[in-house]
Amino acid sequence: MLAVTDLSKQFGGFTAVDRVSFTVGKGEILGLIGPNGSGKSTIFNMISGTLTPSGGAIAFEGREIGGLAPHRVTNRGIGRTFQIPRPFRRLSILDNVILAGFYGQGRHSKKAAQAAAEQALDLVGLPHDPHAKVDGLGAAGLKKLELAKALATAPKLLLADESLGGLDEHEMNQAADMLKRIRRETGITIIWVEHIMGVLMRVVDRVMVLDHGEKIAEGPPSHVARDPRVIEVYLGTDTQAADAAQTRIA
Amino acid sequence: MKRWLPWTIAGALLVALPFVYNAPYPLHIMVVILIWSFAYTSWSIMGRFGLVSLGHGGFMGIGAYVTALLWNHAGMSPWLSIPMALLASATIAILVAYPCFRFRITGHYFALVTLALSGIVLQVITATRDHTGGSLGYTPERHQGGSSIYALQFIDKETWYLIALGVWAAGIVIWYRVERSMMRYALEAISEDEDAAAAAGVHVTWEKLKVTVLSAMMTALAGALYCQYQMFISPDTVSGISISLQMVFAVVVGGIYVSLGPTIGAIITILLAEVLRISFGTAAVGYDNLVYGVLLVLFIIFLPKGILGGLMEARARPQAATAAQPKASRA
Ligand SMILES: Nc1ncnc2c1ncn2[C@@H]1O[C@H](COP(=O)(O)OP(=O)(O)OP(=O)(O)O)[C@@H](O)[C@H]1O
Ligand SMILES: [Mg+2]
Repeated sequence: MLAVTDLSKQFGGFTAVDRVSFTVGKGEILGLIGPNGSGKSTIFNMISGTLTPSGGAIAFEGREIGGLAPHRVTNRGIGRTFQIPRPFRRLSILDNVILAGFYGQGRHSKKAAQAAAEQALDLVGLPHDPHAKVDGLGAAGLKKLELAKALATAPKLLLADESLGGLDEHEMNQAADMLKRIRRETGITIIWVEHIMGVLMRVVDRVMVLDHGEKIAEGPPSHVARDPRVIEVYLGTDTQAADAAQTRIA
Repeated sequence: MKRWLPWTIAGALLVALPFVYNAPYPLHIMVVILIWSFAYTSWSIMGRFGLVSLGHGGFMGIGAYVTALLWNHAGMSPWLSIPMALLASATIAILVAYPCFRFRITGHYFALVTLALSGIVLQVITATRDHTGGSLGYTPERHQGGSSIYALQFIDKETWYLIALGVWAAGIVIWYRVERSMMRYALEAISEDEDAAAAAGVHVTWEKLKVTVLSAMMTALAGALYCQYQMFISPDTVSGISISLQMVFAVVVGGIYVSLGPTIGAIITILLAEVLRISFGTAAVGYDNLVYGVLLVLFIIFLPKGILGGLMEARARPQAATAAQPKASRA
């Protein structure tokens, strides 16, 4: 469904993403992990059109989408969340999602958008009270809204930049279950980004590890967690997370 | 049905007014207020989404001068020349705004680029003074028969009052159409976060361009009407930077986020200008701009939603407080 080949991004002289290649099959959940600054969000930004790749190709359903304008990528069927939620505070929660339903699906009718929005809010477990304001949401609520906006665009591929900072253990587990449920109920393909291994390893089919913009490992979670390079990267940066991942997988 | 009743009554009263009370001077002031209200409403259609244009004086000037020049030089009826003026204004709007939107020139930078447009239109009018009269102003030729629908010239103020009222009302209707459209969702989103709006599928440049062209064309219509009504235009009265600033001022004072805010702004600014003119005569020329400037700063600091917006908020607050109470007690 998605085939990324030799994707690179330079910021000035600095290489944030260095010739990364991977594929995602239909219906799969691919985990994308790596320490802070390893280039995960940059990869998402290039797939979704927010950034133009410096090199490489991105084929979605057989067609090249690298460098396409972000709204066109959305209309092709790729939805994304932002790592730091970016809600529209001047619109109600429901209107945020209606907007995505309307413009994300090629501007059919407001009614269809409303229906899509309510469905998306149900999926993430937010109420569709038309008066509920964004300002009433906490960190977990904002992440859910971010997800609902992406889902309302009816994506075939969802790029979830979750990096579950700001959430407690319980909320992280809930978020993981939610992604699982979303896949089960909608059948969409998901790439899930995270910087610690933690809960992600329970949910994904396959995981890919980045470090300094390079892919250092790829495979089933249990396999990757035992990879010496991955352990080295994680011991170097996030011991606790590596330990947690080890115990959880074991 | 009930919701329409107050509007219908207000509308009927406004239409009936000149037939009941038609003292020329108040009627003249009302026509002027209606035309400027329409111009300010046109500005606010995009201004309310953070697209602060200081180029609208330019659009107004284009509307006025294109109409007058085509009448005097080509004998073209305003019924034809006004659409052409609107088209010219739309074209200029696209030429200026498209590169801005494409290259993400927003906020203060957008205001500065559009400010240049006001300046350029003013310069062009002065530079071509052989045709436009330059800073001395310009007068469309009187039609021989006095009042004429073909020439869109009317001697009596009642007719002008009704035309201005109709156009003003159309402006308010357009305001509400935008308010209820999906375009408003998109523009609200864009005004907060262009990347996030694009990720939701919004074609950011296109949505901004649409509202800008709409606003520019409406403003040009206001300029053309002003020209036909006053039968005299000059760069100071229908174009240039000071007119652009006056639009911003009036809308901010009246209320940028409410439908009748620009109208309230027009009433205040025009009455203020009249009072200054009557009490100080020509000695006060330019004072109004000074007063505007000071008031603008005060309003932006102390009453950013404007007079009408502030009043409506104050009225809504006790209701919101009571509505929030049960929720608070539950929590
Ligand atoms: N727009 C930009 N301009 C310059 N440098 C950037 C830009 N965006 C990202 N970078 C740099 O590229 C590198 C990769 O950033 P990226 O956001 O992709 O990391 P990440 O893997 O998502 O990290 P995190 O886990 O903290 O979210 C970082 O060093 C970052 O500073
Ligand atoms: Mg990131």
